[in-house]
Amino acid sequence: MKVFHMIVDVDRCLHCGGCVGSCPVNAIFLNDFILEFSDRCNRCGRCVKLCPVQALSLEAGA
Amino acid sequence: MRTIECDVVVVGAGPGGSMAAKYCAQGGLDTVMIEKKHEIGAPLRCAEGVSKKWLAEVGIEPDPVWIRADMVGAVIKSPSGYAFKLDESKAGSEVGYVLERHLFDKALARDAVKAGARIMMRTYCTDVIREAGKLVGIRAKSMGEPMEIRAKCIVAADGFESQVGRWAGIDTKLALNDLCSCLQYRMVNCDADMEYCEFIIGRSVAPGGYLWIFPKGGGIANVGIGIMGTMAKSGEAKTYLDKFISDDPRFKKSQAVETVGGFVSTCPGLDCAVDDNIILVGDAARIIDPITGGGICHACRTGMYAGQVLTECAKKGDFSKGALMPYEKMWRDRMEDKLYRNWMAKERLAELDDETIDELVRLISTSDIKEVNVYNLLKVIKEKFPKVVEGFEDLI
Repeated sequence: MKVFHMIVDVDRCLHCGGCVGSCPVNAIFLNDFILEFSDRCNRCGRCVKLCPVQALSLEAGA
Repeated sequence: MRTIECDVVVVGAGPGGSMAAKYCAQGGLDTVMIEKKHEIGAPLRCAEGVSKKWLAEVGIEPDPVWIRADMVGAVIKSPSGYAFKLDESKAGSEVGYVLERHLFDKALARDAVKAGARIMMRTYCTDVIREAGKLVGIRAKSMGEPMEIRAKCIVAADGFESQVGRWAGIDTKLALNDLCSCLQYRMVNCDADMEYCEFIIGRSVAPGGYLWIFPKGGGIANVGIGIMGTMAKSGEAKTYLDKFISDDPRFKKSQAVETVGGFVSTCPGLDCAVDDNIILVGDAARIIDPITGGGICHACRTGMYAGQVLTECAKKGDFSKGALMPYEKMWRDRMEDKLYRNWMAKERLAELDDETIDELVRLISTSDIKEVNVYNLLKVIKEKFPKVVEGFEDLI
Protein backbone atom coordinates (compact mmCIF):
# COMPACT_ATOMS: atom_id res chain seq x y z
CA MET A 1 0.00 0.00 0.00
CA LYS A 2 1.22 3.45 -0.89
CA VAL A 3 1.56 5.93 1.95
CA PHE A 4 1.05 9.59 1.19
CA HIS A 5 2.63 12.43 3.10
CA MET A 6 1.71 16.09 3.23
CA ILE A 7 4.45 18.25 1.86
CA VAL A 8 4.55 21.94 2.75
CA ASP A 9 6.57 24.11 0.42
CA VAL A 10 7.79 26.61 3.00
CA ASP A 11 9.09 28.88 0.26
CA ARG A 12 5.55 29.31 -1.14
CA CYS A 13 3.38 29.18 2.02
CA LEU A 14 1.90 32.58 2.98
CA HIS A 15 0.87 31.39 6.49
CA CYS A 16 -2.67 32.49 5.71
CA GLY A 17 -4.29 29.69 7.72
CA GLY A 18 -6.76 28.89 4.98
CA CYS A 19 -5.91 25.19 5.07
CA VAL A 20 -6.34 25.18 8.86
CA GLY A 21 -9.91 26.45 8.77
CA SER A 22 -10.92 24.31 5.81
CA CYS A 23 -9.50 21.01 7.12
CA PRO A 24 -12.48 18.68 7.67
CA VAL A 25 -10.72 16.79 10.49
CA ASN A 26 -8.99 19.74 12.19
CA ALA A 27 -5.58 18.17 11.56
CA ILE A 28 -3.61 21.30 10.70
CA PHE A 29 -2.19 23.83 13.13
CA LEU A 30 -0.53 27.10 12.21
CA ASN A 31 1.83 28.37 14.85
CA ASP A 32 2.18 31.78 13.21
CA PHE A 33 4.78 30.69 10.68
CA ILE A 34 4.95 26.91 11.02
CA LEU A 35 2.31 24.66 9.54
CA GLU A 36 1.94 21.37 11.40
CA PHE A 37 -0.08 18.33 10.37
CA SER A 38 -1.31 15.95 13.07
CA ASP A 39 -1.91 12.21 12.86
CA ARG A 40 -5.57 12.94 12.27
CA CYS A 41 -4.74 13.97 8.68
CA ASN A 42 -6.37 11.44 6.37
CA ARG A 43 -4.76 12.83 3.20
CA CYS A 44 -8.12 13.90 1.75
CA GLY A 45 -6.32 16.53 -0.30
CA ARG A 46 -8.77 19.36 0.35
CA CYS A 47 -6.03 21.70 1.54
CA VAL A 48 -3.96 20.87 -1.54
CA LYS A 49 -6.86 21.74 -3.82
CA LEU A 50 -7.67 25.00 -2.02
CA CYS A 51 -4.23 26.48 -1.40
CA PRO A 52 -4.13 29.77 -3.32
CA VAL A 53 -0.40 29.52 -4.03
CA GLN A 54 0.13 25.77 -4.49
CA ALA A 55 2.22 25.42 -1.33
CA LEU A 56 0.81 22.02 -0.38
CA SER A 57 1.12 18.65 -2.04
CA LEU A 58 0.70 14.98 -1.33
CA GLU A 59 3.70 12.84 -2.07
CA ALA A 60 3.99 9.10 -2.14
CA GLY A 61 6.55 7.86 0.35
CA ALA A 62 7.71 4.71 2.07
CA MET B 1 2.84 25.58 35.12
CA ARG B 2 1.78 29.20 35.09
CA THR B 3 -1.94 29.68 35.57
CA ILE B 4 -4.03 32.80 35.08
CA GLU B 5 -7.54 33.12 36.45
CA CYS B 6 -10.05 35.47 34.88
CA ASP B 7 -13.74 35.81 34.07
CA VAL B 8 -13.47 35.70 30.30
CA VAL B 9 -10.65 34.62 28.01
CA VAL B 10 -10.87 35.92 24.44
CA VAL B 11 -8.88 33.98 21.86
CA GLY B 12 -7.79 36.26 19.04
CA ALA B 13 -7.38 40.04 18.93
CA GLY B 14 -9.09 40.80 15.62
CA PRO B 15 -12.14 43.07 15.48
CA GLY B 16 -14.45 40.40 16.94
CA GLY B 17 -12.11 39.62 19.82
CA SER B 18 -11.38 43.24 20.67
CA MET B 19 -15.06 44.20 20.62
CA ALA B 20 -15.94 41.26 22.85
CA ALA B 21 -13.07 42.12 25.21
CA LYS B 22 -14.10 45.78 25.30
CA TYR B 23 -17.73 45.09 26.16
CA CYS B 24 -16.81 42.37 28.68
CA ALA B 25 -14.33 44.67 30.43
CA GLN B 26 -16.82 47.54 30.32
CA GLY B 27 -19.31 45.27 32.03
CA GLY B 28 -16.87 44.77 34.87
CA LEU B 29 -15.57 41.35 33.86
CA ASP B 30 -11.93 40.43 34.36
CA THR B 31 -11.00 39.93 30.70
CA VAL B 32 -7.86 38.45 29.14
CA MET B 33 -7.43 38.57 25.35
CA ILE B 34 -4.66 36.52 23.75
CA GLU B 35 -3.13 37.05 20.31
CA LYS B 36 -1.09 34.41 18.51
CA LYS B 37 0.82 36.78 16.31
CA HIS B 38 3.47 39.32 17.22
CA GLU B 39 1.42 42.22 15.94
CA ILE B 40 -2.31 42.91 16.11
CA GLY B 41 -3.75 43.57 12.67
CA ALA B 42 -0.78 42.19 10.76
CA PRO B 43 -0.01 40.43 8.53
CA LEU B 44 -3.04 41.52 6.56
CA ARG B 45 -5.69 38.96 5.63
CA CYS B 46 -8.34 41.28 4.30
CA ALA B 47 -9.41 43.35 1.29
CA GLU B 48 -10.09 46.23 3.72
CA GLY B 49 -13.33 47.46 2.18
CA VAL B 50 -16.18 48.23 4.58
CA SER B 51 -19.49 50.04 4.48
CA LYS B 52 -20.07 52.97 6.79
CA LYS B 53 -23.51 52.46 8.27
CA TRP B 54 -22.72 49.83 10.88
CA LEU B 55 -19.91 51.71 12.65
CA ALA B 56 -22.32 53.79 14.74
CA GLU B 57 -24.32 50.66 15.57
CA VAL B 58 -21.32 49.12 17.33
CA GLY B 59 -20.08 52.36 18.88
CA ILE B 60 -17.03 52.92 16.68
CA GLU B 61 -16.24 56.53 15.82
CA PRO B 62 -14.75 56.85 12.29
CA ASP B 63 -11.13 57.91 12.69
CA PRO B 64 -8.83 59.21 9.91
CA VAL B 65 -6.06 57.19 11.55
CA TRP B 66 -7.48 53.97 10.11
CA ILE B 67 -9.57 55.25 7.18
CA ARG B 68 -7.26 55.09 4.21
CA ALA B 69 -9.73 56.09 1.49
CA ASP B 70 -13.30 57.28 1.27
CA MET B 71 -15.15 55.70 -1.66
CA VAL B 72 -17.67 57.62 -3.75
CA GLY B 73 -19.13 54.55 -5.39
CA ALA B 74 -18.72 51.10 -6.83
CA VAL B 75 -18.34 49.52 -10.24
CA ILE B 76 -19.59 46.05 -11.05
CA LYS B 77 -18.13 44.54 -14.20
CA SER B 78 -18.97 41.48 -16.23
CA PRO B 79 -16.37 39.31 -18.01
CA SER B 80 -16.94 41.06 -21.38
CA GLY B 81 -16.61 44.47 -19.80
CA TYR B 82 -20.21 45.52 -19.24
CA ALA B 83 -20.01 47.88 -16.33
CA PHE B 84 -22.48 49.17 -13.84
CA LYS B 85 -21.16 52.28 -12.17
CA LEU B 86 -22.81 53.65 -9.09
CA ASP B 87 -21.97 57.20 -8.25
CA GLU B 88 -22.11 59.04 -4.97
CA SER B 89 -25.88 59.54 -5.07
CA LYS B 90 -26.35 55.79 -5.38
CA ALA B 91 -23.48 54.72 -3.18
CA GLY B 92 -25.13 52.60 -0.56
CA SER B 93 -24.27 50.37 2.28
CA GLU B 94 -21.95 48.04 0.35
CA VAL B 95 -19.39 50.74 -0.37
CA GLY B 96 -17.77 53.07 2.02
CA TYR B 97 -14.27 53.15 3.40
CA VAL B 98 -11.11 51.31 2.53
CA LEU B 99 -9.33 50.76 5.82
CA GLU B 100 -5.83 50.33 7.11
CA ARG B 101 -6.58 47.13 8.96
CA HIS B 102 -3.32 47.08 10.88
CA LEU B 103 -4.32 50.43 12.41
CA PHE B 104 -8.04 49.67 12.71
CA ASP B 105 -7.41 46.46 14.64
CA LYS B 106 -4.97 48.19 16.97
CA ALA B 107 -7.48 50.98 17.59
CA LEU B 108 -10.12 48.44 18.61
CA ALA B 109 -7.59 46.64 20.81
CA ARG B 110 -6.77 49.98 22.42
CA ASP B 111 -10.47 50.51 23.16
CA ALA B 112 -10.55 47.09 24.81
CA VAL B 113 -7.55 48.02 26.93
CA LYS B 114 -9.12 51.38 27.84
CA ALA B 115 -12.14 49.46 29.08
CA GLY B 116 -9.84 47.37 31.25
CA ALA B 117 -8.98 44.25 29.25
CA ARG B 118 -5.55 42.65 29.44
CA ILE B 119 -3.78 41.57 26.25
CA MET B 120 -1.19 38.79 25.98
CA MET B 121 0.76 38.93 22.72
CA ARG B 122 2.50 35.99 21.06
CA THR B 123 0.18 33.72 23.00
CA TYR B 124 -1.78 31.02 21.28
CA CYS B 125 -4.39 28.54 22.36
CA THR B 126 -3.46 24.87 22.00
CA ASP B 127 -6.59 23.28 23.48
CA VAL B 128 -9.51 23.83 25.79
CA ILE B 129 -9.53 22.53 29.37
CA ARG B 130 -12.40 20.34 30.45
CA GLU B 131 -12.93 19.26 34.05
CA ALA B 132 -15.77 16.93 34.96
CA GLY B 133 -17.16 17.59 31.49
CA LYS B 134 -17.19 21.34 31.97
CA LEU B 135 -15.13 23.87 30.01
CA VAL B 136 -13.00 25.75 32.53
CA GLY B 137 -10.53 27.57 30.28
CA ILE B 138 -7.83 27.07 27.69
CA ARG B 139 -4.34 25.71 27.40
CA ALA B 140 -1.99 28.20 25.79
CA LYS B 141 1.61 28.88 24.95
CA SER B 142 2.86 32.34 25.73
CA MET B 143 6.26 33.18 24.26
CA GLY B 144 6.83 29.46 24.15
CA GLU B 145 5.84 28.87 27.77
CA PRO B 146 2.95 26.43 28.29
CA MET B 147 0.25 27.85 30.56
CA GLU B 148 -3.38 27.62 31.54
CA ILE B 149 -5.87 30.44 31.39
CA ARG B 150 -8.87 29.56 33.53
CA ALA B 151 -12.07 31.41 32.82
CA LYS B 152 -15.81 31.21 33.37
CA CYS B 153 -16.35 31.63 29.64
CA ILE B 154 -14.26 31.38 26.47
CA VAL B 155 -14.83 33.75 23.57
CA ALA B 156 -13.53 32.04 20.43
CA ALA B 157 -12.51 34.87 18.12
CA ASP B 158 -9.86 32.87 16.30
CA GLY B 159 -11.05 33.85 12.85
CA PHE B 160 -11.37 31.62 9.82
CA GLU B 161 -9.15 28.95 11.39
CA SER B 162 -11.90 28.48 13.99
CA GLN B 163 -10.17 25.74 15.96
CA VAL B 164 -11.14 26.70 19.50
CA GLY B 165 -14.79 25.93 18.80
CA ARG B 166 -13.85 22.57 17.34
CA TRP B 167 -11.72 21.70 20.35
CA ALA B 168 -14.78 22.53 22.44
CA GLY B 169 -16.92 20.18 20.37
CA ILE B 170 -18.69 22.70 18.14
CA ASP B 171 -18.70 21.67 14.50
CA THR B 172 -17.25 24.59 12.50
CA LYS B 173 -16.47 22.42 9.48
CA LEU B 174 -17.38 23.91 6.11
CA ALA B 175 -18.72 22.36 2.94
CA LEU B 176 -16.50 22.89 -0.09
CA ASN B 177 -19.05 25.21 -1.73
CA ASP B 178 -19.02 27.38 1.39
CA LEU B 179 -15.29 27.96 1.23
CA CYS B 180 -13.56 30.62 -0.80
CA SER B 181 -9.82 30.55 -1.48
CA CYS B 182 -8.41 34.06 -1.82
CA LEU B 183 -5.25 35.82 -2.85
CA GLN B 184 -4.55 39.54 -2.95
CA TYR B 185 -1.73 41.85 -3.92
CA ARG B 186 -1.24 45.39 -2.79
CA MET B 187 -0.43 47.01 -6.11
CA VAL B 188 1.45 50.30 -6.27
CA ASN B 189 1.79 52.75 -9.13
CA CYS B 190 -1.41 51.55 -10.79
CA ASP B 191 -3.92 53.54 -12.85
CA ALA B 192 -7.04 52.22 -11.14
CA ASP B 193 -9.78 54.72 -10.28
CA MET B 194 -9.00 55.81 -6.74
CA GLU B 195 -12.60 56.66 -5.84
CA TYR B 196 -14.48 53.52 -6.82
CA CYS B 197 -14.36 49.98 -5.52
CA GLU B 198 -14.49 47.59 -8.44
CA PHE B 199 -16.03 44.12 -8.44
CA ILE B 200 -15.57 41.84 -11.46
CA ILE B 201 -17.74 38.75 -11.60
CA GLY B 202 -17.87 35.81 -14.00
CA ARG B 203 -16.59 32.28 -14.20
CA SER B 204 -13.70 33.08 -16.56
CA VAL B 205 -12.41 35.79 -14.21
CA ALA B 206 -13.05 34.33 -10.75
CA PRO B 207 -14.83 30.94 -10.71
CA GLY B 208 -17.68 31.07 -8.18
CA GLY B 209 -16.33 34.21 -6.58
CA TYR B 210 -15.20 37.64 -7.72
CA LEU B 211 -12.17 39.75 -8.35
CA TRP B 212 -11.83 43.07 -6.55
CA ILE B 213 -9.92 46.30 -6.86
CA PHE B 214 -10.17 48.35 -3.68
CA PRO B 215 -8.22 51.60 -4.02
CA LYS B 216 -6.20 53.05 -1.18
CA GLY B 217 -5.25 56.37 -2.77
CA GLY B 218 -2.00 57.51 -4.35
CA GLY B 219 -2.00 54.82 -7.04
CA ILE B 220 -2.23 52.02 -4.48
CA ALA B 221 -4.94 49.35 -4.58
CA ASN B 222 -5.77 46.00 -3.03
CA VAL B 223 -6.31 43.72 -6.01
CA GLY B 224 -7.55 40.29 -5.07
CA ILE B 225 -9.54 37.26 -6.04
CA GLY B 226 -11.76 34.71 -4.35
CA ILE B 227 -12.52 31.32 -5.92
CA MET B 228 -15.24 28.98 -4.69
CA GLY B 229 -13.89 25.77 -3.16
CA THR B 230 -15.80 23.48 -5.50
CA MET B 231 -14.26 25.20 -8.52
CA ALA B 232 -10.73 25.66 -7.14
CA LYS B 233 -7.60 23.83 -8.13
CA SER B 234 -4.29 24.07 -6.32
CA GLY B 235 -2.65 27.44 -6.91
CA GLU B 236 -5.44 28.64 -9.16
CA ALA B 237 -6.21 31.82 -7.21
CA LYS B 238 -2.70 32.97 -8.07
CA THR B 239 -2.97 31.88 -11.71
CA TYR B 240 -6.24 33.78 -12.25
CA LEU B 241 -5.11 36.88 -10.37
CA ASP B 242 -1.74 37.05 -12.14
CA LYS B 243 -3.45 36.71 -15.50
CA PHE B 244 -5.92 39.49 -14.72
CA ILE B 245 -3.17 41.85 -13.61
CA SER B 246 -0.93 41.16 -16.59
CA ASP B 247 -3.85 41.64 -19.04
CA ASP B 248 -5.22 44.85 -17.51
CA PRO B 249 -3.47 47.99 -18.83
CA ARG B 250 -4.09 49.78 -15.51
CA PHE B 251 -1.43 47.58 -13.95
CA LYS B 252 1.11 47.79 -16.75
CA LYS B 253 3.55 49.88 -14.70
CA SER B 254 2.39 48.52 -11.39
CA GLN B 255 4.10 46.14 -8.97
CA ALA B 256 2.93 44.22 -5.92
CA VAL B 257 4.39 45.27 -2.58
CA GLU B 258 2.42 42.81 -0.47
CA THR B 259 1.01 39.32 -1.03
CA VAL B 260 -1.93 38.26 1.09
CA GLY B 261 -3.46 34.81 1.27
CA GLY B 262 -6.65 34.04 3.11
CA PHE B 263 -9.93 32.18 3.03
CA VAL B 264 -13.47 33.21 3.73
CA SER B 265 -16.43 31.09 4.63
CA THR B 266 -19.56 31.73 2.57
CA CYS B 267 -22.17 29.81 4.56
CA PRO B 268 -25.03 31.47 6.48
CA GLY B 269 -23.34 31.05 9.88
CA LEU B 270 -23.04 28.17 12.35
CA ASP B 271 -26.14 26.22 13.40
CA CYS B 272 -25.43 27.38 16.93
CA ALA B 273 -22.58 29.66 17.97
CA VAL B 274 -22.75 29.00 21.71
CA ASP B 275 -22.37 26.07 24.06
CA ASP B 276 -21.80 25.77 27.80
CA ASN B 277 -19.06 28.27 28.73
CA ILE B 278 -18.14 29.21 25.16
CA ILE B 279 -19.24 31.77 22.55
CA LEU B 280 -17.98 31.96 18.97
CA VAL B 281 -17.86 35.36 17.26
CA GLY B 282 -17.17 36.71 13.77
CA ASP B 283 -15.33 34.54 11.26
CA ALA B 284 -14.92 31.83 13.91
CA ALA B 285 -18.72 31.54 14.01
CA ARG B 286 -18.75 31.61 10.19
CA ILE B 287 -20.80 34.81 10.34
CA ILE B 288 -19.71 36.48 7.11
CA ASP B 289 -21.69 37.92 4.24
CA PRO B 290 -21.68 34.96 1.83
CA ILE B 291 -21.82 37.19 -1.26
CA THR B 292 -19.31 39.90 -0.49
CA GLY B 293 -17.13 37.89 1.89
CA GLY B 294 -17.22 40.94 4.15
CA GLY B 295 -16.86 40.03 7.80
CA ILE B 296 -15.59 43.02 9.75
CA CYS B 297 -19.00 44.47 10.60
CA HIS B 298 -20.30 41.00 11.49
CA ALA B 299 -17.31 40.40 13.75
CA CYS B 300 -17.78 43.76 15.47
CA ARG B 301 -21.50 43.19 15.97
CA THR B 302 -21.13 39.66 17.29
CA GLY B 303 -18.20 40.69 19.48
CA MET B 304 -20.31 43.46 20.99
CA TYR B 305 -23.31 41.15 21.49
CA ALA B 306 -21.05 38.56 23.14
CA GLY B 307 -19.69 41.16 25.57
CA GLN B 308 -23.16 42.43 26.39
CA VAL B 309 -24.57 38.95 26.98
CA LEU B 310 -21.58 37.87 29.08
CA THR B 311 -22.01 40.97 31.23
CA GLU B 312 -25.57 39.86 31.95
CA CYS B 313 -24.48 36.26 32.56
CA ALA B 314 -21.91 37.42 35.10
CA LYS B 315 -24.65 39.03 37.20
CA LYS B 316 -26.24 35.63 37.71
CA GLY B 317 -22.99 33.68 37.61
CA ASP B 318 -24.50 31.47 34.90
CA PHE B 319 -22.52 30.87 31.71
CA SER B 320 -24.40 27.78 30.57
CA LYS B 321 -25.57 27.38 27.00
CA GLY B 322 -29.06 28.39 28.05
CA ALA B 323 -27.76 31.57 29.67
CA LEU B 324 -25.73 32.40 26.55
CA MET B 325 -28.62 31.85 24.14
CA PRO B 326 -29.61 35.56 24.09
CA TYR B 327 -26.40 36.02 22.07
CA GLU B 328 -27.66 33.52 19.53
CA LYS B 329 -30.96 35.38 19.33
CA MET B 330 -29.27 38.77 18.95
CA TRP B 331 -27.10 37.89 15.98
CA ARG B 332 -29.86 35.93 14.28
CA ASP B 333 -32.42 38.73 14.72
CA ARG B 334 -29.97 41.22 13.26
CA MET B 335 -28.37 39.20 10.45
CA GLU B 336 -29.80 35.74 9.82
CA ASP B 337 -32.27 36.60 7.03
CA LYS B 338 -29.69 38.57 5.11
CA LEU B 339 -27.01 35.90 5.55
CA TYR B 340 -29.38 33.22 4.32
CA ARG B 341 -30.60 35.31 1.38
CA ASN B 342 -27.06 36.17 0.30
CA TRP B 343 -25.99 32.54 0.71
CA MET B 344 -28.77 31.43 -1.64
CA ALA B 345 -27.87 34.20 -4.09
CA LYS B 346 -24.20 33.18 -3.98
CA GLU B 347 -25.09 29.58 -4.78
CA ARG B 348 -27.18 30.67 -7.78
CA LEU B 349 -24.76 33.27 -9.13
CA ALA B 350 -21.96 30.70 -9.04
CA GLU B 351 -23.94 28.55 -11.46
CA LEU B 352 -24.22 31.25 -14.12
CA ASP B 353 -21.97 31.24 -17.18
CA ASP B 354 -20.16 34.32 -18.49
CA GLU B 355 -22.82 35.14 -21.10
CA THR B 356 -25.57 35.22 -18.47
CA ILE B 357 -23.45 37.39 -16.17
CA ASP B 358 -22.85 39.78 -19.10
CA GLU B 359 -26.59 40.00 -19.67
CA LEU B 360 -27.26 40.42 -15.96
CA VAL B 361 -24.81 43.30 -15.54
CA ARG B 362 -26.09 44.92 -18.74
CA LEU B 363 -29.64 44.79 -17.42
CA ILE B 364 -28.66 46.10 -14.00
CA SER B 365 -26.85 49.00 -15.64
CA THR B 366 -30.07 50.06 -17.36
CA SER B 367 -32.13 49.81 -14.19
CA ASP B 368 -32.87 52.65 -11.84
CA ILE B 369 -31.27 51.58 -8.59
CA LYS B 370 -31.46 54.27 -5.94
CA GLU B 371 -28.80 52.85 -3.71
CA VAL B 372 -26.30 50.08 -4.35
CA ASN B 373 -26.43 47.17 -2.01
CA VAL B 374 -26.86 43.44 -2.44
CA TYR B 375 -30.56 43.73 -1.60
CA ASN B 376 -31.31 46.25 -4.36
CA LEU B 377 -29.24 44.31 -6.89
CA LEU B 378 -31.16 41.16 -6.04
CA LYS B 379 -34.42 43.04 -6.48
CA VAL B 380 -33.42 43.90 -10.06
CA ILE B 381 -32.36 40.30 -10.64
CA LYS B 382 -35.69 39.11 -9.25
CA GLU B 383 -37.51 41.35 -11.69
CA LYS B 384 -35.43 40.57 -14.78
CA PHE B 385 -33.95 37.13 -14.03
CA PRO B 386 -36.54 35.49 -11.77
CA LYS B 387 -34.96 32.05 -12.26
CA VAL B 388 -31.81 33.13 -10.41
CA VAL B 389 -33.71 33.86 -7.21
CA GLU B 390 -36.18 30.97 -7.41
CA GLY B 391 -36.78 29.44 -3.99
CA PHE B 392 -35.83 32.46 -1.94
CA GLU B 393 -37.76 35.24 -3.68
CA ASP B 394 -39.75 35.98 -0.52
CA LEU B 395 -36.53 37.09 1.18
CA ILE B 396 -36.06 39.78 -1.46
